[in-house]
Amino acid sequence: MTTSSEEILLQVPHVRYKKGDGTLYLMDQRIAWMMENRDTVSISHLYSDIKTQKISPEGKAKVQLQVVLHNGVSSTFHFINRGGLQEQAADRDRVKELLQTLLPKFKRKIDKELEEKNRLLSSNPALLQLYKDLVMSEVVSSEEFWAQHASQYTQAQKTQTQDIGVSGAFLADIKPQTDGCNGLKYNITADIIESIFKTYPAVKKKYLEHVPAKMSEAQFWTKFFQSHYFHRDRKYAESKDLFTECGKIDDQEMKKDIQTGINDPLLDITAFEDKSIDECYGAQAEKPTGTIGTVSQAMIKRFNQHSIMVLKASKNKQPEQPQQNGADPNTNSSKTQENNSTNSISNNSSNNEETHVNKKQRIQEKITYNDLESSNENQNSSRSQLSLSKVERYLHGPMPGASIEHLLPNEAATVNRGVLLECRQWQGGRQLSNNLVSPAASVGALGELSPGGALMRGFQEQSLAQLVPSDIEKDVRNLYLSLCELLNHFWKCFPPTTPALEQKAIKMHEALHKFQGAKLKPFEDKLIRELSPLSHHLTKHLNQLLNAAYQKFNTWQKMKTHHR
Amino acid sequence: MKLQVDDLIVYFPYDYIYPEQYAYMCELKRALDAKGHCLLEMPSGTGKTTTLLSLIVAYMIEYPHTVRKLIYCSRTVPEIEKVMEELKKLLDYYEKQDSVYPRLIGLVLSSRKNMCIHPEVSTEREGKIVDSKCHSLTASYVRERYNYDDTTPVCQYYEGFSMDGKESNLPYGVYSIDDLKQYGRDRNWCPYFLSRFAIIHANIVVYSYHYLLDPKIAEVVSKELCKESVVIFDEAHNIDNVCIDSMSVKINKRIIEKSTANINLLERTVAEMREDDAKKLQDEYQRLVEGLRDASVARETDVILANPVLPDEILNEVVPGNIRNAEHFVSFLKRFVEYIKTRLRVQHVVQESPAGFLKDLQTKVCIERKPLRFCAERLASLLRTLEIADLTDFSPLILITHLATLVSTYTKGFTIIVEPFDDKTPTVSNPILHFCCLDSSIAVKPVFDRFQTVVITSGTLSPLDMYPKILNFHPVIMSSFTMTLARPCLLPMIVSKGNDQVAISSRFETREDIAVIRNYGQLLVEIAANVPDGVVCFFTSYLYLESVVASWYDQGVIDSLQRYKLLFIETQDSAETSFALMYYIKACESGRGAVLLSVARGKVSEGVDFDHHLGRAVLMFGIPYVYTQSRILKARLDYLRDQFQIRENDFLTFDAMRHAAQCVGRALRGKTDYGIMIFADKRFARADKRSKLPKWIQEHLKDSLCNLSTEEAVQIAKRWLRQMAQPFTREDQLGVSLLTLEQLENLESSKIEKQAQQM
Repeated sequence: MTTSSEEILLQVPHVRYKKGDGTLYLMDQRIAWMMENRDTVSISHLYSDIKTQKISPEGKAKVQLQVVLHNGVSSTFHFINRGGLQEQAADRDRVKELLQTLLPKFKRKIDKELEEKNRLLSSNPALLQLYKDLVMSEVVSSEEFWAQHASQYTQAQKTQTQDIGVSGAFLADIKPQTDGCNGLKYNITADIIESIFKTYPAVKKKYLEHVPAKMSEAQFWTKFFQSHYFHRDRKYAESKDLFTECGKIDDQEMKKDIQTGINDPLLDITAFEDKSIDECYGAQAEKPTGTIGTVSQAMIKRFNQHSIMVLKASKNKQPEQPQQNGADPNTNSSKTQENNSTNSISNNSSNNEETHVNKKQRIQEKITYNDLESSNENQNSSRSQLSLSKVERYLHGPMPGASIEHLLPNEAATVNRGVLLECRQWQGGRQLSNNLVSPAASVGALGELSPGGALMRGFQEQSLAQLVPSDIEKDVRNLYLSLCELLNHFWKCFPPTTPALEQKAIKMHEALHKFQGAKLKPFEDKLIRELSPLSHHLTKHLNQLLNAAYQKFNTWQKMKTHHR
Repeated sequence: MKLQVDDLIVYFPYDYIYPEQYAYMCELKRALDAKGHCLLEMPSGTGKTTTLLSLIVAYMIEYPHTVRKLIYCSRTVPEIEKVMEELKKLLDYYEKQDSVYPRLIGLVLSSRKNMCIHPEVSTEREGKIVDSKCHSLTASYVRERYNYDDTTPVCQYYEGFSMDGKESNLPYGVYSIDDLKQYGRDRNWCPYFLSRFAIIHANIVVYSYHYLLDPKIAEVVSKELCKESVVIFDEAHNIDNVCIDSMSVKINKRIIEKSTANINLLERTVAEMREDDAKKLQDEYQRLVEGLRDASVARETDVILANPVLPDEILNEVVPGNIRNAEHFVSFLKRFVEYIKTRLRVQHVVQESPAGFLKDLQTKVCIERKPLRFCAERLASLLRTLEIADLTDFSPLILITHLATLVSTYTKGFTIIVEPFDDKTPTVSNPILHFCCLDSSIAVKPVFDRFQTVVITSGTLSPLDMYPKILNFHPVIMSSFTMTLARPCLLPMIVSKGNDQVAISSRFETREDIAVIRNYGQLLVEIAANVPDGVVCFFTSYLYLESVVASWYDQGVIDSLQRYKLLFIETQDSAETSFALMYYIKACESGRGAVLLSVARGKVSEGVDFDHHLGRAVLMFGIPYVYTQSRILKARLDYLRDQFQIRENDFLTFDAMRHAAQCVGRALRGKTDYGIMIFADKRFARADKRSKLPKWIQEHLKDSLCNLSTEEAVQIAKRWLRQMAQPFTREDQLGVSLLTLEQLENLESSKIEKQAQQM
């Protein structure tokens, strides 16, 4: 298969691919692999198809190189030079380096937009189907499709997804396993590592400093699991390990934060007391000097620190986006206030005016009694409320005893009486009904309505589900999907008040026609061929929909010409 | 709305009113009419402050000669600020209704730390330092010196105030701390002294308890308040402790060392002055001989702490001869300090009465009682004469003289305890001499005697009959109000056993039991898993909190807790705790939810509210008894038994239950709020404990909720939470827990009162 015009840039023997040994060729257009003793190329990838190449990490037993294609397919080549690991690695590196220089030249010039669209289509099967039906069959043009039919998807793309915060228990969730010989094994995932880095920036710094220059990643995490971060009851001040410094950095950070002060006057416990008398007055026990600190005190401090840092980790990411949780009307207001206060802390500009306003607002919030105040109704009206017709059922769920509603004895009696009365009336009604239809006529009608009767001609006893093969059913569903989308846009044009809308209506009308021609007709033909009895049954409703639209369009057109 | 209480028209700045607010007004009005004291308990979150203010302001406007002034004492700075805002709202409402602003002045007084606007002094964070810096800029001799020496630093704001501040009256209005500061800045007046000056003619004064109860401060600040005043002690459930604190002193080794240094400095300064300017000392001596009690007329700025004894005990006599001379007085002090030093050198605990102490003092160092009584004032006078600006340095010596004056003035209701070491660390020598007040009625007596109506009120005052006993007064009205509720918005439960049926209790014998601690942990984890947003827990003491947290860590409770919510813990450092609190609130507000572990009697339990989503459940782990082994407490219990016939256990239970109620009450701050209150100790179910809870909690604590296991409690809580999550509108409340003016008028007042009291 190799054409003679191709130039071989590199040839590497002893390369295994899927258990077959062979030779790897790097040509000027593609990468190819040929099984030993054969003259056909079994693997051939154009460089332009290759997305990336990956290599096995240093120290692994197998020296491998993997190329990943744009369509997701990948091929792995295993270098098996008999000269040993060194040689194998050398072989691999030669390939790698050449590929590195070659690949960028062939990098497909796909613009970002296309890629984005591609991604969108592949992540939304419904959209893909729509695309296939409408664009590929040329019912609507591609631009139109993206502009109109897929707008909700592209828009959703723009609103950035909410970041996932750090779980408070991410350290606790790492469960150690005993490895049988007096050791513990911790399993750590990328998620956990990310959580640790997010929560403890100091650890991340340490990591960047030490890995891989001074120790391996595994060693680093082993040290981490031995440190005070993981064993909260250890005092880091006494131990001398890698993370002692991190502990100090964390402490300093917190101290700094504490010193900037608390903006909320209702929380600043230090400022609660309104007297300035020496500590030796009064009978209260003296405050123990906090410098000594027992182990449990250090632990308590560390729990606080942990929670604070977890919160900070999620706050740092998106300081401006207030998460909406509908706790209470006044939650929201206090939250905005909270945001203000954090901002002012960060700005470090303790603007007096602002803090006064904040303080006042906070106090005002505390002293107002919403229920004593009149007219706070408008505030509530904006949010929709759940109204339950039977609160009991919501609260208790279906319970064995729940069906028996509690009735007062006299209530029960009235209900009973009512039922009796109705029964009596109903009996009277039945006697009357005798005169309506004669028994013979009703039996006749029943016969006609039974399968095989005059009124039931064409009826098949089997249900649709049994009759229609699943692929047809899927087709029908797809047809509905596409048609509804088109109709949706078509009907949106009415009443066509602006020229743009008129334009669109005409266009959509065309599209509908195209759809009928390109999709519906072939489908109907296929139906007639495959399951004749149902042929028109299945598409009847689709046609009805289309006809309604056409009719609307025609009347509109007529009206227009009349007006002119 | 304008409503009528008896024959009094009361402006109430809201369109609706709670029935209990109306009932509260009725009772309060009766007390005012009778010019007697009263004791009123009304649940937190039912608008106590606004009720009090509306009625009393209305009364003042109607009968300006019977009630001239309202003195509103509250506990913390935030509380004080809240009162000011409510008052503003009320007076604005008057203006809106009558289109004239009422001719009233409302004023707040706070410490210099909160009020100072001097650019340098105000940057200090510690109150003591602000006081002393202020003193060094404003003392009369400093200002005198400034008159002939321009380089002497003085405070421009005080100068501005003394120049023209005293002639002009404040315009009618309500002045909060920030308003006063702004007012001061605009006119270049010192807000602190402006406020101190203005409280004499202000109609409504709001300040902290200490300004009225602590004789050292009250003598300086509240001396000239008129008799026709109504005094309100809000949040008064701890008032007895405030009283006791204000009269107690303790001396440790550090104080002795520092005061010895003070005396040496004093000695040197006196000697220097004797050489440089002997005339001044001679003048002082002359004046003392002439019988002036104080050597010079103390200006308002000169005194920070006055005589520690109550005004009626201050001797109006000539200072005894043996301490008139400055040198003599210094050596007198020296002897006294030496004596205390020897007393601190003990190996075992000593307890004695003040009389015994005085006798010993006489035999050992020949110090008599009489000159001792003048010690505090004599030192103040000397410090003024010596023109010592920085008073913080001398605070240890001032403390010693206060002890001298107190111990020689009061022989009854006080005791002296010398402890050689802390009970927790018997090996470390840390001798402390406690001079403790045992009788809370001593400090509060002048207030009851002087003012015509004193209102003691709080959300938790049960059992009501205890307060008249320990404060020794006779209220004309004693009443407890409940919370009328349209839905059961509080769910008190007593959890007495864990899922394994082991009884849970913080009893001394079982508190370290692993099973008990584990059960506490399980309870908390279950609650954290099922209750939304914030959960607050209170432990009986900080030590217990520490040990429980340590065990929980070992048992893995903390790990499972962290899976549901973030964990915050109160520490002994208040700045750190405030910071943790801030993040606790952030965690609740961001929807993550959080658990706060805190301590009963701690700062959090006394001053921070966990309203709405900040506290959907409160757990009280154990009964918060005081540390019963404390000798001071034992002495007080003995005294209470002997003097007031209060049994030890009664008092201890009363004290524990008021703190428990205070803790669980933190979660419920209004009728639209809702919260679970869990008392996790089987002893709570006993009648003597249960009956001491406030009525508004007791009412909802049905028998079926008194002996639950963890599992049962969680089931009940779950169902209740679903019920509470239903929309709650005004229509649900109207007529039951909320009244319009019409409804109020239609219903007979007696009926409402009955509803609100529901015995």
